[in-house]
Amino acid sequence: MKIGVVTFPGSLDDRDAARAIERAGGQAVSLWHNSDDLKEVSAVVLPGGFSYGDYLRCGAIASFAPIMQSIVIAANHGFPVLGICNGFQILCESHLLPGALTRNHELHFLCRDQKLRIENNNSVWTSGFKSNQEILIPLKNGEGSYQCDDAVLATLEGENRVIARYIGEDPNGSRNLIAGISNERGNVVGLMPHPEHAIESLTGPSDDGLTFFTSILHSLVGR
Amino acid sequence: MAKIIVEVMLKDEILDPQGQAVSAAMVRLGFNFVTGVRQGKRFEISTASTPTSDQVKEIEKAAETLLANTVIENFTVRVEG
Repeated sequence: MKIGVVTFPGSLDDRDAARAIERAGGQAVSLWHNSDDLKEVSAVVLPGGFSYGDYLRCGAIASFAPIMQSIVIAANHGFPVLGICNGFQILCESHLLPGALTRNHELHFLCRDQKLRIENNNSVWTSGFKSNQEILIPLKNGEGSYQCDDAVLATLEGENRVIARYIGEDPNGSRNLIAGISNERGNVVGLMPHPEHAIESLTGPSDDGLTFFTSILHSLVGR
Repeated sequence: MAKIIVEVMLKDEILDPQGQAVSAAMVRLGFNFVTGVRQGKRFEISTASTPTSDQVKEIEKAAETLLANTVIENFTVRVEG
């Protein structure tokens, strides 16, 4: 099963994302920002990093890249997309997900292992988690504070679209401690912490992150 | 040559931690009368001649799609010089 990983100028975590896909049993396919060719992949990961140097706003310029035009059209037809960190910011800037990510409330760049609760295990990216499973994966960003208006927040909570929530002390000022959300259909998920850095205990704080990648592979095979 | 100025500010209800840090620094430096700072962005867009109203409308479109994220920011557009 082929899963694409997009490389933008300034992407950092595309290799780790590809490695996570392979470790979960899939085939990772490298996609280039400046092409609109999705190379017949069945799903796409938008990796972390600092696309276009975070100029203007994080993810703003990347959201107009040729590959994003194809991804937006496909995602609106149910194509699975996972945006991690900068990928989450790109999904918000592309309006595939509501809201925006702003500067951490304490202004510091954070890099730490973060506990999360998986609050929705019905999405194609989280189906392998137990209900309300607690996981530990790295969080590393400067602009990870999830913001939206009251109406959007009520919709996200009411429709069970909060995928993951921070546990413990609020790391960045996100509304309702939101760490990840999905679109209405559940095929597009944005997540601020990094599952691709926690796929084996040798190099990560846990192997909890691997479940995001095994989940999508199982979901695709089951179709 | 003329310029179109686009100014982008975070909406009032959006937390501005940068502005708060600047505000705190100003008070520390003795500007005690300062009660708050909001930080924004200013874009100076050059054109060969005074822009037509259609061109200003085009820039308003650019501001809405690219220069500002209207989920969290407001913007203004005006012609200068």
